[in-house]
Amino acid sequence: MSACLDISNLSATLPSGQRVLRSVSLTVQPGEVRALVGESGAGKSMIGKAVLGVLPPSVRIVEGAIRLEGTDLGALSAKERRRLIGAKAALIPQDPLTALNPSRRVGPQMTDRLVHILGWAADKADRRVRQLLDEVHIREPDRVMKAYPHELSGGMRQRVLIAAAFASEPRLIVADEPTTALDVTVQKQILRLIAQLQQEHGTAILFVTHDLGVVAKVSQKVTVLYAGKVVEEADTPALFANPQHAYTRALMAATPKYTDPQASLKPVDESVLAGLAAEIAVADHDWRPHG
Amino acid sequence: MAEPLFKVSGLKVALPDMTRKPLIGSAPLVEILKGLDFELPRRSVTGIVGESGSGKSTLGRALVRLIEPSAGSIHFEGRDIAHLPEGELRPLRRNLQMIFQDPMSSLNPRRTIGAIIAAPLKLNGLGDNLEQRVAEALSRVGLPESFASRYRHELSGGQRQRVGIARALALSPDFVLADEIVSGLDVSTQAQILTLLEKLADEMGLTVAFISHDLSVIRRLCRQVIVMRQGEIVEQGPTDALFADPKHAYTRDLIAAIPLPEIDDEWLKAG
Ligand SMILES: Nc1ncnc2c1ncn2[C@@H]1O[C@H](COP(=O)(O)OP(=O)(O)O)[C@@H](O)[C@H]1O
Ligand SMILES: Nc1ncnc2c1ncn2[C@@H]1O[C@H](COP(=O)(O)OP(=O)(O)O)[C@@H](O)[C@H]1O
Ligand SMILES: [Mg+2]
Ligand SMILES: [Mg+2]
Repeated sequence: MSACLDISNLSATLPSGQRVLRSVSLTVQPGEVRALVGESGAGKSMIGKAVLGVLPPSVRIVEGAIRLEGTDLGALSAKERRRLIGAKAALIPQDPLTALNPSRRVGPQMTDRLVHILGWAADKADRRVRQLLDEVHIREPDRVMKAYPHELSGGMRQRVLIAAAFASEPRLIVADEPTTALDVTVQKQILRLIAQLQQEHGTAILFVTHDLGVVAKVSQKVTVLYAGKVVEEADTPALFANPQHAYTRALMAATPKYTDPQASLKPVDESVLAGLAAEIAVADHDWRPHG
Repeated sequence: MAEPLFKVSGLKVALPDMTRKPLIGSAPLVEILKGLDFELPRRSVTGIVGESGSGKSTLGRALVRLIEPSAGSIHFEGRDIAHLPEGELRPLRRNLQMIFQDPMSSLNPRRTIGAIIAAPLKLNGLGDNLEQRVAEALSRVGLPESFASRYRHELSGGQRQRVGIARALALSPDFVLADEIVSGLDVSTQAQILTLLEKLADEMGLTVAFISHDLSVIRRLCRQVIVMRQGEIVEQGPTDALFADPKHAYTRDLIAAIPLPEIDDEWLKAG
């Protein structure tokens, strides 16, 4: 069986020629949650955008391939690619407020995608959205669908976007820091909800986060990214039991843990950063596009 | 035991609710802090935690008298400053410093870092040897002297926060309010900034009110904690005791909701 998502040797550059993704490879198997973890600027969102075909125009893929259920996105026309991605993949974004149009009611924003991209009949889309709102425990679908985004709480808006993402029965969801803007108690509810729907629907998820705590709780597999380069890849339990890369260990030591305060908030050692810089330099030196 | 630096009793803050302002006339008041009693012991970091909207920032702004309480007292160094007029507050201000999440976002982007740090020095009659004082303030937070001629946009998030700390500490205050100063920073930067704050607080004998939504950070950094919810204090005490035996269900919920970086298959299901 082919992977749900297979990214192989993906490099992307800025107009300056500088690489933002450095020969990235990762897979997400059907029904699996893979965490993509790293600090800001590492390129996590860039990978998500590449998968969803929404890279900024200044960023160019110069090497490698992205396959969705076996189909190479690079081999398709722009139109075919949009259609395939629309049918197979969906996004749960970080900030539900900016992801929603503030001047339109929530309901049509949820059904739009189903009607316009997937070609569903309006009543079928409406039924489907109501079913998903029920699955994310929204008990008053009429009120929520008639509301404007600002009339809902942050947690409620994120529920709406989760429902919208699952509504089209995608094979893959890219969840880009979906709980970063939320309070911890709401975060936990939202993580639980994503996990429940993921299991019930058998959806694969590429779960982007900067939080190793979230990685531990939601994923089976994990890829650690630094400066657009994969520095470690592992089964999630193995990563926490036995982190291989010095950077992974440094991230763990920097992460606060209320159960072990003395082992928390350790600044990353200069030697670790120097080691990373050297690794990047070697990777860039050896790299020849299309070579 | 020495007198606490702050002793606060029955603190209430009411602000106009602009969402319910009638066309003509003033907006009705909403009570945001509903009668708080607490002390901030000297030379010690006190954590203030709670979910967004619980009133943490309002509490901080009342402490440094950016807002005037509607009731209660705020004793600072034994003197009630709750209703002092601005003229009488002015001499106290150098002792009541603040660091915010993005401390430089409110400052003029066309001013150099040096000018930003120098401004409070000049205002407080320390205009002599400015260059040297600015250099000292920068080196205190681990930044090279040359940063004085840089601009805000040339700095990373962590460097900006260092400048925020340098500016707040340039006048060697007794009290520093730190409001979500590491929110939005990466864990590695967060660790650097908090380690720095901890070291300086210790060296300079600072009393710090450390506002954060992250209980794990508070556990590591603060000697005592105040837990807030909807404008009230639900629980307060020494950090060790609070974590060992949280009394209030809300505190227990907050702790239980933290995803620890360790494998626990039950965590998502529980609670
Ligand atoms: N629209 C853009 N144009 C050019 N560079 C960008 C753009 N967006 C992000 N970048 C750069 O690409 C790198 C990766 O960014 P991003 O994928 O957003 O990181 P992450 O999501 O891991 O925080 C960063 O160095 C960032 O500055
Ligand atoms: N200037 C203001 N006018 C009216 N209401 C305010 C004002 N500032 C804050 N509030 C309200 O007071 C409550 C507490 O806010 P805040 O102190 O900022 O909480 P926190 O810092 O814990 O997130 C919130 O409900 C907020 O909407
Ligand atoms: Mg991102
Ligand atoms: Mg606040």
